[in-house]
Amino acid sequence: MEYVTVVVTVLLPVLTSLPLGRYMARVFAGEKTILDPLLLPIERVVLRLAGVDPTTRQTWQQYSRSLLISNLVMWLAAWTIVTLQQHLPLNPDGIGNMEPTLAFNTVSSFTSNTNLQHYSGETGLSYFSQMFAITFLQFVTAATGIAACVALIRAIGASRVKTVGNFYLDLTRASIRLLLPLAIVVATVLMWQGTPVTFEGAARAMTVEGREQIIARGVAAPMVAIKQLGTNGGGYFGPNSTHPFENPTPLSNLVETWSILAIPMAMVWTLGYMLGRRRLAAMVFAVMLALYAPMVIVAVWQEAAGNPAIARMGIDESTGSMEGKEVRVGAALTALWAVSTTATSNGSVNGMHDSLTSLGGLMPMAGMWLNSIFGGVGVGFINMFIFIIIAVFVAGMMIGRTPEFLGKKVEAKEMKLASLALLWHPLAILVGTAVASYLWTATAEPGTSLAWLKNPGPHGFSEMLYEFSSAAANNGSGFEGLGDNTPFWNISTGLVMLLSRYIPIVAPLALAGSLAAKPAAPETAGTLRADSATFAITLWAVVVILGLLMFMPVAVLGPIAEHLG
Amino acid sequence: MTSDITRAVRFTIVTVVLFGGGYHAVLWAVGQVAFPMQTEGSLIRRSDGTVIGSRLIAQDFTRPEYFHPRPSGVDYNAASTGGTNYGSSNPDHLRVVEERLEAIKTREGVTAAEVPSEMVTASGGGLDPHIPLDAAALQTPRVAVARGVPIERVQQLIRAHTERPTFGFLGRARINVLDLNLALDQLQP
Repeated sequence: MEYVTVVVTVLLPVLTSLPLGRYMARVFAGEKTILDPLLLPIERVVLRLAGVDPTTRQTWQQYSRSLLISNLVMWLAAWTIVTLQQHLPLNPDGIGNMEPTLAFNTVSSFTSNTNLQHYSGETGLSYFSQMFAITFLQFVTAATGIAACVALIRAIGASRVKTVGNFYLDLTRASIRLLLPLAIVVATVLMWQGTPVTFEGAARAMTVEGREQIIARGVAAPMVAIKQLGTNGGGYFGPNSTHPFENPTPLSNLVETWSILAIPMAMVWTLGYMLGRRRLAAMVFAVMLALYAPMVIVAVWQEAAGNPAIARMGIDESTGSMEGKEVRVGAALTALWAVSTTATSNGSVNGMHDSLTSLGGLMPMAGMWLNSIFGGVGVGFINMFIFIIIAVFVAGMMIGRTPEFLGKKVEAKEMKLASLALLWHPLAILVGTAVASYLWTATAEPGTSLAWLKNPGPHGFSEMLYEFSSAAANNGSGFEGLGDNTPFWNISTGLVMLLSRYIPIVAPLALAGSLAAKPAAPETAGTLRADSATFAITLWAVVVILGLLMFMPVAVLGPIAEHLG
Repeated sequence: MTSDITRAVRFTIVTVVLFGGGYHAVLWAVGQVAFPMQTEGSLIRRSDGTVIGSRLIAQDFTRPEYFHPRPSGVDYNAASTGGTNYGSSNPDHLRVVEERLEAIKTREGVTAAEVPSEMVTASGGGLDPHIPLDAAALQTPRVAVARGVPIERVQQLIRAHTERPTFGFLGRARINVLDLNLALDQLQP
């Protein structure tokens, strides 16, 4: 029965991805949509108040500059709020100002759409900060990723054109005409199912057996909705959607899982509609699905099989490995969520990833290493675009022709940019993990003086590896046994998150800008067709082989060693 | 450049107000009107108005006359929630599981094979309000004896409080421990 639910849960966002992708394409092309009467007035007001002229068009350089400056200003605004929250309103539980290195980490995390959390919501943020810093960033940074992807798609389709769109117009449309209506619907379902929305502080209960229980509450449902839809992932409460308030029922779990996958999947079809190349979109979608499905199968199988060490005690493990999981969700749907949230760079969790089985825990890591499966609202396709350019190059070399993508020659300059975007990711993960491992081994009595790792042996290594993978993939989930609220982790992962956000946005935009300026050659019988099955297989193999080359050694040192040990 | 910065500042101010303020205000209003019980935190109150707890949040039960919830990594602290974050092979974790198993075997008088894994593993948030049906069946004899009521009465109550899968396929059949225990207290001996 659980497996039926897994299949249904995956099919739902696949089915909605076509109409949603078409809606998105219409929004970004400025065509009429059915929601215009409601949302167009809001869009107009925002554009007017922000002083945006919707008729101007920007080059990729101007577009990137607007993107970076807007994100910097948003970073500063959020920083100001969390470091002054004690003196701001809506703080019924009397939460203090955020410590500077933790604030740096938190604000960088939410600005880069990562949502790695070294704090716990119920003890670290006031209601004001949750609303005006965190939820605000969850809207605008998701919209930033979508805008970047839309600009990239326009550039791919253009011929001898210098402009890629208007950043603020795309940003406004993504946040107001896509994210806002979806978030309102999802948040309403969550309220119905039991997610709190209250400005009152924690509830004081006297339990049936006469103990005092303080129950943290807050303005949770609006935030949970956008954290899921915008591939943000940062939870209102510490344990994220594992907390019964964030994910109260099996139905809320279904809606939240749908929300993780809906826009990332639809984005692929948006590409197809915007370029008028549905076959190309189908090819990309199929490759992504062929990367995603095996990981889901392995993770579901591993988690549903239970923990062998516990089964050896004679305990009934027939319902799967339940440490860190919830009864209303179950092992299989936790595994599905774990793979979905990491493949798409969301990072929310509905079970504790640190307590997944060794191979079950490898799957989320692999999703973050590839970082191109549906992936991010927008950014996932951008990463896949880099793999496409590399696959085109490899295929071109194999058949002895100048590599071309959609009639544009891929030359040395494009390959350099693609390599930069591709190689930054393993560099950040592997160097970061190496430095942390070195510090751990070079410190006397690390268990007491650093106290980072909750678990011994290879699993302890995995905790550090997961943290840098999550930061570099702008994911935000964690092996939460890691004691990560220390200056070292706050600053190192803070920097990794920022660089890993903006390098893989700007380099591909530069690449696409360079392609846009070139003339498109007419397709002939000799053209390498990017929408063919042959190319799909090549692309799939390129992603898998590059992924294995880059990350197999650390996978062996961590989860695989644990599994065999 | 200057105009870029001005535009960024203006856009930020407008969207902070819209998404930080307006968005929340609309949903708060919807919640107040349509779902007042849920948005308050699904609180259950005594007749004098004091709060017993939340229907969605596990609370600690240790007395023999009550059903016990799943173990919690945070001692059912609903103001600082979380899991244990033990890796599946961690010796400390397996020792804790072993201890819980022994305690249950003694308390309920059963063998290891009758103990569902949910009752020896801690939930993710430390506040899982549910137990599966076999975990309730495991505790039924003890609760019935402690209360001096026929076991059938308790089983009947469990059946009445079983939450079935939504639409027949979403989620497992499960029991809300607080609901069941409150119903037990209403039971006439």
